[in-house]
Amino acid sequence: MTAMQHDPAYNFAYLDEQTKRMIRRALLKALAIPGYQVPFASREMPMPYGWGTGGVQVTAACLTPEDRLKVIDQGADDTTNAVSIRKFFERTAGVETTEHTTDSTIIQTRHRIPEAPLTEGQILVYQVPIPEPLRFLEPRETETRKMHALEEYGLMYVKLYEDIAHNGAISTAYAYPVKVEGRYVMDPSPIPKFDNPRLESAAIQLFGAGREQRIYAVPPYTQVVSLDFEDHPFEASKADHDCDLCGCGTSYLDEVIVDDAGGRMFVCSDTDFCAGRRAEGHRGRLSGEDAA
Amino acid sequence: MYVAVKGGERAIDAAHAWLAEERRGDASVPELSLAQIREQMSLAVNRVMAEGSLYDPDLAALAIKQARGDLIEAIFLIRAYRTTLPRIGHSRAVDTGAMRCDRRISATFKDAPGGQVLGPTFDYTHRLLDFKLAAEGGTPSAREAEPLAPEVPRITEFLNRDGLIQDEVRSEDTPPDMTRQPMEYPANRALRLQALTRGDEGFVLGMAYSTQRGYGRNHPFVGELRIGAVEVEMEIPELGFDICIGEVTLTECETVNQFMGSKTEPPQFTRGYGLVFGQTERKAIAMALVDRALRWEELGEENVGAPAQDEEFVLAHSDNIQATGFLEHIKLPHYVDFQSELELVRKMRKGAEGAMKEAAE
Repeated sequence: MTAMQHDPAYNFAYLDEQTKRMIRRALLKALAIPGYQVPFASREMPMPYGWGTGGVQVTAACLTPEDRLKVIDQGADDTTNAVSIRKFFERTAGVETTEHTTDSTIIQTRHRIPEAPLTEGQILVYQVPIPEPLRFLEPRETETRKMHALEEYGLMYVKLYEDIAHNGAISTAYAYPVKVEGRYVMDPSPIPKFDNPRLESAAIQLFGAGREQRIYAVPPYTQVVSLDFEDHPFEASKADHDCDLCGCGTSYLDEVIVDDAGGRMFVCSDTDFCAGRRAEGHRGRLSGEDAA
Repeated sequence: MYVAVKGGERAIDAAHAWLAEERRGDASVPELSLAQIREQMSLAVNRVMAEGSLYDPDLAALAIKQARGDLIEAIFLIRAYRTTLPRIGHSRAVDTGAMRCDRRISATFKDAPGGQVLGPTFDYTHRLLDFKLAAEGGTPSAREAEPLAPEVPRITEFLNRDGLIQDEVRSEDTPPDMTRQPMEYPANRALRLQALTRGDEGFVLGMAYSTQRGYGRNHPFVGELRIGAVEVEMEIPELGFDICIGEVTLTECETVNQFMGSKTEPPQFTRGYGLVFGQTERKAIAMALVDRALRWEELGEENVGAPAQDEEFVLAHSDNIQATGFLEHIKLPHYVDFQSELELVRKMRKGAEGAMKEAAE
């Protein structure tokens, strides 16, 4: 919405050109080997590790002055950390920012894929806390790298099977593991499994894990399959409601507690998507006539 | 009626304004100057420089002031600033043998050439609150002695001459740089030492302490501990020779550790090494103990499964900036993932309740 001059005290998009070049090399390698975690010399950023430093470095390496940047956290543009990261790039890169998915060229996200289908030419940058899908089965990096190299994913299937044996269902609701182009098992970052089908996209998807020093990618139109069993197929689930503001029955919903008696409402987690629908005249159960 | 986190931007601005006010504290109390912090909180400044991996007492003092005395926050500020600095070149390896020592002690020999010099240490103070300091401390002055000889010999070299201590393998290889390359396991010793010297003092201390209590015991003695200034030299290509570009204060600790010998080596002493920016001796000693514990493989020792022997465990968790960031990120909104868990738990409970009902009927 607003383009401004970037702070001259810093290089464009904060990082120096050498560092950006190093990150771009890692990105190209990641795109060449979909789903493979490329080690990169992650830098210390002016925001804490675990707060999107990987995504910020990837975005910084991809940004050009002509880009229009959108930043979301939990699907929303106005959550505090999304505001903070957007401000960071407004200040250090001076790029135009937007809240509209369709207007953006780069979207940095935490925990969601936007509802509106992404298109060719767009880049979706994910913030990743733990890039290794096998980490909670095997804590050692030296071991998990070997397992990936040998395509030894039996342990993961055993875990999913044990879930079914104990609970009757796979008890992973977010960061649900996927297999990319039939080769690497990949952590899609903590997006709800509802979003998994949209990992097959026309856009470039880049994943940055700053603290863990890893970058990986899913190029456009790459096959991404959520792990499952024939008799327990993967199911993308959401709350069994419609959005109370825009009435949408197919979007991912947040549950909001609205009164002391535990009353609830359900609203789209993607705020831009929800506002767009309301602008088109859609109404939900709790939106008054003036809600748009 | 819909009250989700709107207005994040205004809330952030307001929080920052309040933070600035709290940082200043009671306005009737004079404001701290950076010089005051640098001169009178110098051990805090040293820790920030050591773990921030940037030797600049003025910037460290600024960081401490800005961080309201939260040293990990101050270290974080220094690290983030460090990222923006261009890498102009590399210094020569500093020569700690030529250190101008303020303090130099050995626990393994009663006396040794160069002498035992206590220096400005807390070691033999009685930890009684000095209420006089609560009033005016005044400007105490200490007697001055003649400076030590310019080259103080290393204690461990005396042992080395007799072949009683394991010789360190010399290497002309350029050591890896953990700030420019991603961490790789297994790491070599140079990389381990880099990680330890910037590692969290509390973490390294705890790891070292665990070896003393039996989790990978390695019988350390402080062979030598020295603190003082060393010159930093750099070769300037245009000149073709080395010039001194400044001076840093370092704490160096060499431990002498027992070693029972192995199939290939006769019994002899082994070494652990710690080197840290500033006067930071707790950290340097702890670093030497952890370094020694991590050398089990190279020295042909048994891995007893102690945490301090586990390179990946120690190195992956020693950095307080990584640790605090990831720990505190759980304050960020997680309602999308939480929502997906909610759905799952509700669904599974429904299934379980159904099954229990069936079983009861």
